[in-house]
Amino acid sequence: MGVKDPEIDTVSIIDLGMVEKVNVEGNNVNVVLLPTFLGCPALEIIKKNTVNAVKRLPSVGEVEVEFVFHPPWTSERITEEGHKGLRAFGIAPPPQHFEEDGSWHVDCPYCDSTYVTMENIFGPTACRSILYCKSCKNPFEAMKPVSTIM
Amino acid sequence: MSSGENVLSPEYKKALENLLFQLADDDFLISFRGSEWLGLAPHIEEDVASSSISQDTMGHAAMFYTLLEDLGAGKADDLAHLREAQDRRNSVLAERVNGEGYYMETPKYDWAYAVVRNFFYTQAKKVKMDSLRQSNYKPLAETAVKVNMELYYHLLHWKTWFIQLLNSTEEAKRRMNEAIELVMKDFGDVFSYGDEKTAIDQSGLIASEDQLKEEWKSNMALPFECVAMKVPDLPEASAKNGRNGDHTEELASALTTLSEVYRLDPAAAW
Repeated sequence: MGVKDPEIDTVSIIDLGMVEKVNVEGNNVNVVLLPTFLGCPALEIIKKNTVNAVKRLPSVGEVEVEFVFHPPWTSERITEEGHKGLRAFGIAPPPQHFEEDGSWHVDCPYCDSTYVTMENIFGPTACRSILYCKSCKNPFEAMKPVSTIM
Repeated sequence: MSSGENVLSPEYKKALENLLFQLADDDFLISFRGSEWLGLAPHIEEDVASSSISQDTMGHAAMFYTLLEDLGAGKADDLAHLREAQDRRNSVLAERVNGEGYYMETPKYDWAYAVVRNFFYTQAKKVKMDSLRQSNYKPLAETAVKVNMELYYHLLHWKTWFIQLLNSTEEAKRRMNEAIELVMKDFGDVFSYGDEKTAIDQSGLIASEDQLKEEWKSNMALPFECVAMKVPDLPEASAKNGRNGDHTEELASALTTLSEVYRLDPAAAW
């Protein structure tokens, strides 16, 4: 499917790990999505885009798209392809693990340097943080890790 | 989402609805107060951070209102915008103004108050979510798991401000201590279930008021140790208990402002 995150157009919602299930009954399609962050204003747009994308497929009847919270979306659901797409957009993919004190580290998506500083855990959207690379002197963003162990 | 809805007993459903209104109205009002800070925070990074937190929190309120909608209590947007002050179940702490003035004119908001209110409130919300993850109402338990993941960052944020300001200049310490006193005056109904106490205690939806208070205190021990202070005593619920619909004038004016556009045309599509 060609549905992208409206704010990160290099990553599909499948690679973001937002598509939990697709049920097909006869010609009718029901898509179950997982929201990333609850207050994310892009959710309604994603829903509409998904409905339109499925409707464009041949011989599709009714289309229903719903959001559920179980299982909860976590940043581990982003695929390898999703990681590539994020990097292409200048966003570091979420780290795979937390340090013992709950902190985390990512490398610069432009030059791969580990010499980076956290400028703001909160960023331009709910799911992103703002960092700065001291090596290539670029500001960049990172997908916040979220996990059920937090 | 609404599995088992048909088998809820009337008493259980009433307790559940009351609890959901408390959770929803709390997050709705405190995120409204947070949004009034937009453009006024101490620096630009803080503006980004605290507006992001307000946006998340508004999302949590929307989830709790949606759970109410699923129970047949009315449309989520209507529940958020159209209920009168006396029908609101938020704690008084969540409705308080940010300080003197109005953001359209010359606001003299108090950042120390914002830090203390948000930190104490967020920790209270955290212990509630931890308890709700084991709630016997599954849709609420699942929502709590989701809310909890975002809350992690909110709590970290406010805790950092709290510790840094209280370890800072004399003026910062004085203003923070004044803010703690002010917040504590309104803290009595934060853990109160109001007149629904017995019903909510018997429902198995969430831990008791006392258990939550104990959890809050033990979670606050470390940050207070970092600033060489004692965790303040939690007051008993005062006569003015937001959980029973007793509110200040500050709530009425907040509702007038926040619902102004929605009331113009409730049928409009956004």
